Amino acid sequence: MKRIYVKEEWCLGCHLCEYNCAFANSGMTDMVKALRGKTIYPRIQVETDENGITYAVSCRHCTDPVCVKSCIAGALSVQNGVIEIDHSKCVGCLTCVLVCPYGAVIEDGSGVAQKCELCMKNSCGTPACVKGCPNGAIVYEERQTVSAPD
Amino acid sequence: MNFYPEFEVVRNDSRCIRCRVCERQCANEVHWFDADGSVMLSDESKCVNCQRCVTLCPTRALKIVKSDCRLRENANYSDQTIKEIYRQAETGGVLLSSMGNPNPLPVYWDKILINASQVTNPPIDPLREPMETRVFLGKKPDRITRNEDGSLNTKLAPQLTLSMPVMFSAMSYGSISYNAHASLARAATALGIYYNTGEGGLHEDFYQYGKNTIVQVASGRFGVHKDYLEAGAAIEIKMGQGAKPGIGGHLPGTKAVGDVSKTRMIPEGSDAISPAPHHDIYSIEDLRQLVYSLKEATEYRLPVIVKVAAVHNIAAIASGIARSGADIIAIDGFRGGTGAAPTRIRDNVGIPIELALAAVDKRLRDEGIRNNVSIVCGGSVRSAADVVKAIALGADACYIATAACLAMGCHLCRSCHTGKCNWGIATQRPDLVKRLNPDLGSQRLINLMDAWRHEIKELMGGMGINSIEALRGNRLMLRGVGLTEKELEILGISHAGE
Amino acid sequence: MKRYVIIGNGVAAAGCIEGIRAVDADGSITVISAEQYPVYCRPLISYYLEQKTDLQRMHYRGESFYAEHHADVLYGRSAVEIHADAKEIVLDNGDVYPYDELCCCTGSAPFVPPMQGLDTVENKFSFMTIDDTLALEKAVTPESRVLIIGAGLIGLKCAEGLHGRVKNITVCDLAPRVLSSILDDKCAAMMQKHLEANGISFLLGTSAKEFQGNKAVMQNGAAVDFDVLVLAVGVRANTAIIKAAGGAVERGVLVDDACRTSLEAVYAAGDCTQYHDISSDTIKVMALMPNAYMQGHTAGVNMAGGTALFDNAIPMNSIGFFGLHCHTAGSQPEGCEMYEESDETHIKRLFVKDGRLTGFMLIGKTHRTGIYTALIRNQTPLSTVNFERLKIEPQLAAMGSAYRGKVLKGAV
Repeated sequence: MKRIYVKEEWCLGCHLCEYNCAFANSGMTDMVKALRGKTIYPRIQVETDENGITYAVSCRHCTDPVCVKSCIAGALSVQNGVIEIDHSKCVGCLTCVLVCPYGAVIEDGSGVAQKCELCMKNSCGTPACVKGCPNGAIVYEERQTVSAPD
Repeated sequence: MNFYPEFEVVRNDSRCIRCRVCERQCANEVHWFDADGSVMLSDESKCVNCQRCVTLCPTRALKIVKSDCRLRENANYSDQTIKEIYRQAETGGVLLSSMGNPNPLPVYWDKILINASQVTNPPIDPLREPMETRVFLGKKPDRITRNEDGSLNTKLAPQLTLSMPVMFSAMSYGSISYNAHASLARAATALGIYYNTGEGGLHEDFYQYGKNTIVQVASGRFGVHKDYLEAGAAIEIKMGQGAKPGIGGHLPGTKAVGDVSKTRMIPEGSDAISPAPHHDIYSIEDLRQLVYSLKEATEYRLPVIVKVAAVHNIAAIASGIARSGADIIAIDGFRGGTGAAPTRIRDNVGIPIELALAAVDKRLRDEGIRNNVSIVCGGSVRSAADVVKAIALGADACYIATAACLAMGCHLCRSCHTGKCNWGIATQRPDLVKRLNPDLGSQRLINLMDAWRHEIKELMGGMGINSIEALRGNRLMLRGVGLTEKELEILGISHAGE
Repeated sequence: MKRYVIIGNGVAAAGCIEGIRAVDADGSITVISAEQYPVYCRPLISYYLEQKTDLQRMHYRGESFYAEHHADVLYGRSAVEIHADAKEIVLDNGDVYPYDELCCCTGSAPFVPPMQGLDTVENKFSFMTIDDTLALEKAVTPESRVLIIGAGLIGLKCAEGLHGRVKNITVCDLAPRVLSSILDDKCAAMMQKHLEANGISFLLGTSAKEFQGNKAVMQNGAAVDFDVLVLAVGVRANTAIIKAAGGAVERGVLVDDACRTSLEAVYAAGDCTQYHDISSDTIKVMALMPNAYMQGHTAGVNMAGGTALFDNAIPMNSIGFFGLHCHTAGSQPEGCEMYEESDETHIKRLFVKDGRLTGFMLIGKTHRTGIYTALIRNQTPLSTVNFERLKIEPQLAAMGSAYRGKVLKGAV
């Protein structure tokens, strides 16, 4: 299935993906209204390594997702390969945050968990981070599965 | 002396979401976030109006405008002239500029109009009928010759085959980035045209694009070795450049780092100074020696291009070149771009490409040696219309560089010489170089050329011409507007209405 | 066609069903459910009181979960005996169910130590099940004074759940600090302060010695008047049925990494089991929901003839009260080094031994803590990562570019 991958050689560390993500999932039609004066809780996060290399991290949509197995409310599930969260069921225990090895599940600012759902639930089509990346550093494509890191 | 900045950063705070992309993307450090007041602030004195922040601002909260704080108006001493004097009074230095001459000198392309067929010799619809844009550059035979058995003698001088009459002109690796070169090389390969190494050598990663590469030999001979010469599809001897005729080049040591120094074959950090002349060329005969040295070195497989700046005696110079054994003459007009040139030279030396091209084509025809060489013209070819006009004035093909840079993201801020290109083109700073992803850069170049090819076909079709070869030197297809008798005479075209 | 029987209907059982069906689409599955509800996760009951969820949304799986997995559930029935030789179980109504593979997911039950006069208390409740919760909810009024015996995870979550629905809440515990099973003194003090700031009262280091109707007399002599009493002292694994059948049992049912008990064709999963904690290299009862699911799933796969191991279990807890979150994982083995960072709003304690992260306690800042958890679970040598940067904040950037390449450039 298609997933989001980053090409760190092209990541500029501009953080636009974070803002595009926050906007795409705000449910609003105007970015200024959605984000101005607010702390954002993007589902994709830009990291910088010790060499100044930047790249964005979002849910890997693992084939054997520990977050889904750990969810006490049954709010996380795999739907056609996409790990989705049912916000109506999430009680905000944040066990998923505690177990995600990539730090890709995060608290949404209101106490419940959220994560990248590949923009399947909003009106973006192509994930907003991919569409908005000015340098093609985030791609949405099919790649071969590799074994989980040990 | 402090001046009020040339540009003002206008931030619409009611739209600013404090994403700080402007701050992160400005190599000139114009913007910063003030945590105390939770506002974005800016130091406009550092702004070069490259529009990177404007382009990336996701809420369109930014614009850069020209400052209206001016010195007292004076038609003779303009604001800029006065400030240049101040700057020189302070530094004692030669003023440096980048990209092409921005001054309001005549652009003859804009005073030339193209014909179209009506009623007789009807137009051709390029969507319905084949339309040939392919051209071959190189020495053409004077006549058809036959072998003893009567078969055609097809042995031709080496030719470059272009899918359309446009090439990416010389920009060295060093003046532009690795990723810019990668974009040009990949696009040229995909398009079936050529890009040009400039005088910076050829990075080993790009030998794979050799079939679509023109390797340049200039006065500094930087990066020139046997493999380099053999790697390309043609060799260009650079005698001069439109933006700075009569002088050489200077790549500051700060840019001669890493692979750039390796590719140029110079020590890291040393200034790469190309002399004004080739020290072994003081005559057409000397030039001929170099042409044949290069041909000999590459076993006569490759055409040799001689590139000169458009200067006063360009017609006579071209005539000499056409007799030197060169296969192609490239003429670079005075509006051509540069990575860095002394301002006075760029803005005052050389002549417009349109006049130079027309003069050279006429002279070579008059002398009966037009088929000795192909003519490539450059120095501000901005659109498919300029290409069509150039062909009709006598060019075989055009060189574009500024337009190619624009396709890759350049916003013509003319600050290349600072080495801090925010678009990742004219810089060697790794954090800036990575801003140009060749996947995107090459695709944008391909798109631009595809668009131009469509437009060229439309314009040709309108004239009832279905082969670009039939347009070459076809000045009947052009008319001038607002031109003097003399200008029309040099251009070899009639005035509109005639 | 194999016959699978699962005793219990909690999260471990759900994991078991999904594990079986991942391998075997055909075998019959029978689930013996003492409770009348489809599978739900017990920790949700405090969120029910808090009204962050309701009985409908508490369902762990969708409406058609059992139907889709072709599992029959016997609601309101308990298994009373396992005849491991005969491969059958006996229910409380005398029915006998034969099985080919059995999984024991009996969970745990509240443990109530003998306390004098407890029988004089009219309104007393455990806090384990939906039924407990519904009864408690019915008993409390805005005027209720609530005494909770036990300041552990269950007692405190109950306190948070009742907050705002009752007049006051007092929590007592014999231990000198709150959450004594997962937090050390300093961390517990921070959490206690936060709970107190939200109106919860504590009596620590003491417990009820005697009850006289609606009054508790503490060991230290203090007296607490209350209207509702919640007993949340602790839980004990339900091991009796395995023990009676001759299976190896200590504090929990002993299982290996494949979730096998010592009995042939009998597996066990969840809170009733005792298993290997890799962070401390000890065998212990870790009554934790994520582990219960993973054990159940592991058991299910193995029961159906597949191969699965759950061999990287560690204790871990994510728990929050009134907006302050606490994440803990692993253990603090003797002789470990501690890295600490703290201020008014947060504490971070990382425990390192033999060049590996063995555990952590984090309060206040829990962003991306799973990266720490993975370090414990994978027993990653800290020499292979930039631990100095990791100390500051969890980040893949400190895990080395090779790891990053692996997890970000391919599917995982």
